[in-house]
Amino acid sequence: MSGKAWVFGDAVNTDVMAPGLYFKSSMEEMAAHCMEALDPAFAKRVKPGDLVVAGESFGVGSAREQAALAFKHHQIAAILAPSFGRIFYRNALNFGVPVLRFPAYAEVQAGDELSVDPIAGSVINHTQNKHYLVDPIPDYLMGMVNAGGLMPWLKQRLAAGEIV
Amino acid sequence: MALTITEKIVRNASGRSDCRPGEIVTCRVDLALLLDSGGPRRIWPRLKELGVGVWDPERIVLCTDHFVPAVDTASAAILKLTREFAAEFGINKFFDMQGIGHLMLAEQGFLQPGMFACGGDSHSTHGGAFGCYISGFGAIEMTGVTVTGEIWVPVPETVRINWEGEFQHGVVAKDIMLKLCRELGMNNGGVVMEYGGSTVRAMDMQERAVLCNMAAELGAETGIVEPDEVTLQALRDAGQQPAADAIEWCSDPDAVYKTRLDFSSAELEPQVAAPHAPSNSGPVGDYRGTKINQAYVGSCVGAKLSDLHMVAEVLRGRKVKPGTRLMVAPASARVMTAAAADGTLAVITQAGGIMLPTGCGACAALGAGILAEDEVCVSTTNRNFKGRMGANSASVYLASPYSVAAASVAGELVDPREMLGSPP
Ligand code: SF4
Repeated sequence: MSGKAWVFGDAVNTDVMAPGLYFKSSMEEMAAHCMEALDPAFAKRVKPGDLVVAGESFGVGSAREQAALAFKHHQIAAILAPSFGRIFYRNALNFGVPVLRFPAYAEVQAGDELSVDPIAGSVINHTQNKHYLVDPIPDYLMGMVNAGGLMPWLKQRLAAGEIV
Repeated sequence: MALTITEKIVRNASGRSDCRPGEIVTCRVDLALLLDSGGPRRIWPRLKELGVGVWDPERIVLCTDHFVPAVDTASAAILKLTREFAAEFGINKFFDMQGIGHLMLAEQGFLQPGMFACGGDSHSTHGGAFGCYISGFGAIEMTGVTVTGEIWVPVPETVRINWEGEFQHGVVAKDIMLKLCRELGMNNGGVVMEYGGSTVRAMDMQERAVLCNMAAELGAETGIVEPDEVTLQALRDAGQQPAADAIEWCSDPDAVYKTRLDFSSAELEPQVAAPHAPSNSGPVGDYRGTKINQAYVGSCVGAKLSDLHMVAEVLRGRKVKPGTRLMVAPASARVMTAAAADGTLAVITQAGGIMLPTGCGACAALGAGILAEDEVCVSTTNRNFKGRMGANSASVYLASPYSVAAASVAGELVDPREMLGSPP
């Protein structure tokens, strides 16, 4: 499955992804304002399966998990950036939103058709006919990621009696 | 093998004989800080879904700070749920409207050198001033901690940052951090900032906490200061006995650092971060004359008792410029009480400053003091991202309490040294 690339610059912060003004609102309402300060069209036009491609330190800022959840809400297929804010990166993995370190982000144009295999670490730009290999998700975390995120993983471990 | 303090803490918490930077390990958590924002309201439904309770109520500290006092029914409902969670799970270390969580840990002396702790908020790094590992995590991961008492972390590399010498009067820890945001950028993932040098040794715990708090702005795993007598005295003052081995939690002299950086404090000028990033900073002289609508003294990083003292030092015998508003939200109830007792509040209010309730307030656009479209604010807080304190078109400048107070008097950004009898 492929999707369109939404391209953003460097240092997109969590306040832009999940603005404090909507903090008390439902996730739906919050997601409707995701990235609004940078691109008001994003939350309105993004489609399930689309991808986000961005510059350095994507998700810098606060611990608010709604920043990562907003992209899950919009059913983003993957987020590609050369580096991520540390809590955002962890939150996204814990929700099963694939986040991949992608140094060649600057080659992607807005609207390019991309597909991504996060397990194999492969990114294909169909529009430009380019294929990239990126670092897959770290081995140590594959148990959780394969389970579909932290909640399903906790369920598995509880059922197996691994947590007392 | 020679290790940094952080490597020692992670090795101890992971129960491994050896751990190398970059490796991912699972650590036992000594203490978990939950706040109203990303705490019970997001964790409790997940506990229900999993059909489990909390792993150890004695190791959980719960605070209401982001949504206090309630300004609408939505925030009131969040607070109600947070109180019910404390009662349901027998959380005795529950601090309801007593102050910002990061200050609660410090005031209560809950953090000991060598501890491995987690907080459900990015500025949990604040507590690293006590020589412990404490970092911020999202609510989904704090759910995991609440259930299992453990969390995975990559063993971080450490950057050693030394500040040597004495500050000029009017220059403080906040200026160090605004300068470091510019020098090091905000993208320092995977490293811990370990602060030392004679300047840091001479700081009290409130100023050391600023260095660790804003390690979050550097994008670091956390910040840490090795313990010394100042640390131990702060624990005693909080009514806690320092652990027997507290002072031993230090980096080995030949520990391996990713980098060592040395700075001279005497040369540091007051700094200002312009919109819309803490790294967009420079000496205050570069921004002189920038007109402001609001001066805000608040947040975990910028409304401690020492911060209020700096504000009062500038305001004594002066007035807030008509047409400019100064708002002050003390970071804890104890700060409010102490500032009332020692005359600080009288100085601030006589100058025309407006006192706001204790809590996160306008820092994250959650409480009183939010900005309208196109307004300009200078603030003692730690983030000035677009929309952080209200309208997307508002501009927020970050500065020290000295600089914010001076700006409230001038109605524009000025060098606070001019009002402190120590002209640059
Ligand atoms: S005062 Fe601001 S930075 Fe500190 S915990 Fe509250 S919202 Fe976060």
